[in-house]
Amino acid sequence: MILLEVENVVKQYIGHRALDGVSLNVPENTVYGLLGPNGAGKTTLIRIINCITAPDSGEVRLNGKRLTAADVEKIGYLPEERGLYKKMKVGEQALYLAQLKGMTKSDALKALKYWFEKFEIQAWWDKKVEELSKGMAQKVQFITTILHEPKLLIFDEPFSGFDPVNADLMKREILNLKNNGATIIFSTHNMESVEELCENISLVNQAKIVLQGNVAEIRASHATNTFVVQTKTNIAESGFELLSQTTKNGIIESLIKKTPNETNNALLKSIISQTEICSFQELLPSMNDIFIKTVKL
Amino acid sequence: MSKISLIIKREYTTRVMKKSFIILTFLTPLLFAGMIMVPLWLSSIKDNSKKNIVVIDRTNSYQGVLKNNDTYTFDFVDKPADEVRKENADNESFTALLLITDDLAKNPKAATLYSEEQVNMELKSYVSDLLKNYVEEQKLASHNIPNLKKMVDESHVDINISTVKWGEDGKNKVGSAELALAIGMISAFMIYMFIVIYGAQVMSGVVQEKTSRIVEVIISSVKPFELMMGKIIGIAMVGLTQFFLWVVLTLFISTVAGSFIGGNIDISALQQANTMGMGMNTPLPANETENMVREVYTMLSGFDFAQIVVLFVIYFLGGYLLYASLFAAVGSAVDNETDTQQFSLPLTLPIIFAIYAAIYSAQNPDGPLAFWCSMIPFTSPIVMMVRLPFGVPAWQIIISIVILVFSFIGTTWMAGKIYRTGILMYGKKVTWKELWKWLRY
Repeated sequence: MILLEVENVVKQYIGHRALDGVSLNVPENTVYGLLGPNGAGKTTLIRIINCITAPDSGEVRLNGKRLTAADVEKIGYLPEERGLYKKMKVGEQALYLAQLKGMTKSDALKALKYWFEKFEIQAWWDKKVEELSKGMAQKVQFITTILHEPKLLIFDEPFSGFDPVNADLMKREILNLKNNGATIIFSTHNMESVEELCENISLVNQAKIVLQGNVAEIRASHATNTFVVQTKTNIAESGFELLSQTTKNGIIESLIKKTPNETNNALLKSIISQTEICSFQELLPSMNDIFIKTVKL
Repeated sequence: MSKISLIIKREYTTRVMKKSFIILTFLTPLLFAGMIMVPLWLSSIKDNSKKNIVVIDRTNSYQGVLKNNDTYTFDFVDKPADEVRKENADNESFTALLLITDDLAKNPKAATLYSEEQVNMELKSYVSDLLKNYVEEQKLASHNIPNLKKMVDESHVDINISTVKWGEDGKNKVGSAELALAIGMISAFMIYMFIVIYGAQVMSGVVQEKTSRIVEVIISSVKPFELMMGKIIGIAMVGLTQFFLWVVLTLFISTVAGSFIGGNIDISALQQANTMGMGMNTPLPANETENMVREVYTMLSGFDFAQIVVLFVIYFLGGYLLYASLFAAVGSAVDNETDTQQFSLPLTLPIIFAIYAAIYSAQNPDGPLAFWCSMIPFTSPIVMMVRLPFGVPAWQIIISIVILVFSFIGTTWMAGKIYRTGILMYGKKVTWKELWKWLRY
């Protein structure tokens, strides 16, 4: 079931085209990565999905229906450029933002109580935002983004400003939200977290989508026929190419490259005939490598 | 609650709860009242110390003229002035030295007052009055006409022209050009102040939202135009609250203070006289100062305060809305408060021009400058307030308000377009050309 469809969206600013025929489908209850270098058009696309700007042509559909301004209450958005009113108290502010998203005061208070307890930040309620550290303010912002239980969540660089402990907490919360039925669009430059969290991605470069699909499939399709083999004794090239060989704690680790038409089993056989294998693993390119390679093309 | 009312509520409450707002709101009427009451009070305090004036009269003819009174005693000596001054330097036996060198009838400049400190006005006028009366009498006497002084006195008349304005309802109104001027200038200055102060608040509010990066969070919930209008309306309500509190507090403080100083300056009587139209019929009180106060009230009651207050609110709102949306647009275009100057200058210039136009219009409230400036929407809220107490034809007021309303709808629409693009632009130095582009998006 597709929750969000973006179809052939074009956005032209004077002097440059920010989006040029972008289409993507976000399946329900998945984490979708929106990747791309700075200035590629990600933020413009996210703003169009949030009804902040309108596309020149093309269409965005939520649940099969054309997206309208009333739908923003079903969306939670954590922008990359985010902040809070510095002079306002944390609790008041969270309440205000929740009411702007259409929650009633009592519902908002109930939900806020739950989340403040969960993150153990009840003591901050009456503090002014300017008294909080950047990481603390980010936590408050995370809460205000998800408070109204939106079906679609959009996080733009959600982990910036967090220490590793809190970044991990956020990661777990995002996965929790997914398990509870939310669909998440996730824009980041941190490719490790993409591999960890996302099922599907779109890579935007220069206003166009240059790579799209399932993360595992993309990585497999970018496979370079390279394997890491750990053996007890040295191995010699026989039908495959030996790229490097290192010794670690008495075990020899070799990086080998097979010819494309040879099967994995045939490769294994040719090694087994030489020595005993401890481990054998295909070396898939990281999303980072794929990102750099695709953008540089 | 609808979203825009949430925004209005936040803008209003955060500002009204601020210490600076509360202090300013409660101190300003005290200041106003103080400005009126302190000089009154000070002048009511009499300086009771005796003052000695040493007189060196070279003509020897004014001995009987300079009479001692409660404050001043005159001491005639026959010494050179330098010597007298030297003596005084040691023991300060007198406040001033009056030197008369010649017959004052022939040479009116022959009298001089010397003093270590600046000679005060009271002494100067006391001495010159005495000498002037004496010399005048002497001159009259020299004509040798019997009873001449009496004849001159009888022929002396003070003309005090009272001005009466024909009211449209046929009733005559006692007018006073001075009071009209005062009322007009005060209300014009207040509108000027409100536009500048609250316009600047709108601008800095927008800049703060932009620099604190909250704006994108909010416009993912509400439309940029709603956010802008919410802010503008919220701040307008803060301004009206302040205005209302100032009026109430100023009336209250001057009533209380008035009952302590200078007898019964009864402000409520003014309102009663005005609302009931009885100002003309109040019986004449015996006391003279009270009489004067009554007279002022009577003149005040000649003004249509209801009209002035209603139009004040209309022009305040119209002028504020016209400028506030433009200030919001400027705030949205820049990245921090220091950059606002470049773009806010074209906005402040017409406001400053308006206040000058208002000052000149006060001298000729029906002249072409006054007329045109009360029609042009960028100056009309300020200039029209000056003209109002002098009486402005209804058709002019209506046209002026209609132009103002259409203009602020226009500027708000324009500002909205710049605003919605501007608030999402970070780290970009904006030029006029760029603003023009945003307008046409």
